[in-house]
Amino acid sequence: MSAPQPTPPPAPAARPPVDGEAPVLQAVRMQKHFPVRGFRSHDVVHAVDDVDIDLYRGRVVALVGESGSGKSTIARLLAQLMPVTGGQILLHGEDASVKGRRAFRKYVSRVQMIFQDPFGSLNPIHTVRYMLTRSLRIHRGRLRGTEMEAALEELLTRVQLTPPSRYIDKFPHELSGGQRQRVAIARALAAEPEVLLADEPISMLDVSIRLGILNLLRDLRDRLHIAILYITHDIASARYFADRTMVMYAGRVVESGDSESVTQDPKHPYTQLLVRSAPDPDDLDARARGARGEAPSLVRPPTGCRFNPRCPFATDLCRTETPPLLAVGEGRQAACWGYSDRADRPVLGSVLDAYGERPSADDELLRAVAAAPTKEDDR
Amino acid sequence: MSALPEPRGSARPAHDPVLEIKNLSVDYGYDDPTHVLRQISLTLNRGEVLGLAGESGCGKSTLAYAATRLLPPPGLITGGEVIFTDRDGGKSDILALNDKDLRASRWQDMAIVFQGAMNSLNPVFRIGRQIADAITAHEPATTKKDALARAADLLDLVGINPDRARDFPHQLSGGMRQRVMIAMALALDPQVLIMDEPTTALDVVMQRQIVEQIADLRDRLGFSVIFITHDVSLLIEIADRIAIMYAGEIVEDAVAQDVYRRPRHPYSDGLLHSFPPLRGARRELGGIPGSPPDMANLPTGCPFRDRCAFAFDACAHITPELVTPAVPGDDPRRSVACLRHDPARVAAGGFAPVPVPDQLALR
Repeated sequence: MSAPQPTPPPAPAARPPVDGEAPVLQAVRMQKHFPVRGFRSHDVVHAVDDVDIDLYRGRVVALVGESGSGKSTIARLLAQLMPVTGGQILLHGEDASVKGRRAFRKYVSRVQMIFQDPFGSLNPIHTVRYMLTRSLRIHRGRLRGTEMEAALEELLTRVQLTPPSRYIDKFPHELSGGQRQRVAIARALAAEPEVLLADEPISMLDVSIRLGILNLLRDLRDRLHIAILYITHDIASARYFADRTMVMYAGRVVESGDSESVTQDPKHPYTQLLVRSAPDPDDLDARARGARGEAPSLVRPPTGCRFNPRCPFATDLCRTETPPLLAVGEGRQAACWGYSDRADRPVLGSVLDAYGERPSADDELLRAVAAAPTKEDDR
Repeated sequence: MSALPEPRGSARPAHDPVLEIKNLSVDYGYDDPTHVLRQISLTLNRGEVLGLAGESGCGKSTLAYAATRLLPPPGLITGGEVIFTDRDGGKSDILALNDKDLRASRWQDMAIVFQGAMNSLNPVFRIGRQIADAITAHEPATTKKDALARAADLLDLVGINPDRARDFPHQLSGGMRQRVMIAMALALDPQVLIMDEPTTALDVVMQRQIVEQIADLRDRLGFSVIFITHDVSLLIEIADRIAIMYAGEIVEDAVAQDVYRRPRHPYSDGLLHSFPPLRGARRELGGIPGSPPDMANLPTGCPFRDRCAFAFDACAHITPELVTPAVPGDDPRRSVACLRHDPARVAAGGFAPVPVPDQLALR
């Protein structure tokens, strides 16, 4: 296990959280169940269950999880591209669920989304000028002539496509992947949104230009104070870019906290497994080897904690009752019974040791590994 | 914290090639062809894991398909040879084989796990039968029963319960399908296994399981692997040697730990700094400025020079070739294609040589 870093890393120049500041966009116990097709089928896919998200002005929240964990569903729900089946979405504290075209447009002008695939999200038959002009006309009303030109120029400059005249009349196929993603971001910015939902904005791009896009988004956060939800499967990029990180597993949030502590000192066994599985050439020993199993079916998710079939520390409690998000430190939460003060709680050890052996719920083995820290501030 | 791990490739015999690619060139298109591979030479030693890294469109998959003659039109191999050395020392040029011999050699000598492996299984046949088909096609004497039994053994080998041989592909998860593809590739005990982005579509936990499996099987069965990916940090963990490709050329070829700790080519250096680290100090990273060149009209000279911080006047006129880096004490087997390391060529071209920058001369 790598030791905690002695020197505090240079803080990602985020605005310090202001006490009492209200979140811009908020999801409260958001839930999405998709019906499963079939004759007399009442089954549903539990894609997202009981998810709370707060997005603040000028801050980035990362949502990390494997494919199928529901993170893209959350982005689509927050963008209101589909209705929630439970819970609420609040914009500045007011219920934001929209009905009808006009209300949706109004909502969209405040909450914009960037999609994963810039090859698919830009219409190939239109020029950059047309796409940005449309977005500006829809969201900012009738801009004409020099005003419009100035607005276009400003947008392209803001996403670092300079000089704007070189890009304004290009078709998407004339641009590289990174440039296309920048156009998609410019189109989102045309609405002057308060919230930007970025669904894996870099995973389709070449590795050498990914950081350029992340740095651009960070620049937008700092200069325009946009709230950003950054969805990714790469926990290392969440650490690089996001102020807060939420880890999802099988439709539920299992851990949340500031990015640095979540990645350096993961609390939930799944987060530990995730962090320890990422390739790290500097530390070849600290690998979770021999991990088995995969994400459960979301049609009939396991009862209790959804990670229990793969968790080396799971007990009967984990198999019967769903753990709530428990406080595990300043501003940090983990949905694991191991951090509760119940008598029958599981004893957490190191995932490295546990998977080195072979995961089993063998109590003898588990007692041998370090005892879980008990917290006074547990619920 | 672990000390610097030993370069794992050094324990193996230095030169026991199983696959030698020599001056391989590939064009796409007929009238006005794009030269996607230009005179590539690469050697795979027996028992070695060779990593092939680079951005999308740099020609790494094309190299693998050309070397196995699986390149679909309009891809055209315009020159070079691919020498395969059998276990008994017999050599054959894959590019010169007739159809019958090629068909016999495929899968038997070299097997491929394809990029979209998860979707390359036939959805209407049970997976056991699909593996057995590969066996009976090459060994017609095998009975169906034996072939199915071997398929079950192979599934067991890659960590899938043999009972699942009667499952259809849709009943398996992505990671399991990927393992079935690996089992199928190992069915005839090949000597070279080419894996084209085998873990890209999987999440990190599953990726780690697959990678461990490959390393374990390599140790038990002793095949050589060409592992193609854009994830350099993964390669450093599993590969013995890494070749970095850029715009259809190999720009650096060295032992994995050397690439990681002592990159010599500015592109390798940039690529290594394109991944935010999960541990250690959090620092500002910039990636590599600009974007990969258009292969259809490459600039003269070094294709990387527009994005390179160390380019100088000669880079626009002289095309670099692979040479031993001009850093004293370097492994003589490693090579790099950068004019900073090749003062002789620069001088011959009539330019003043520029020394290697400190960043590319780390010890």
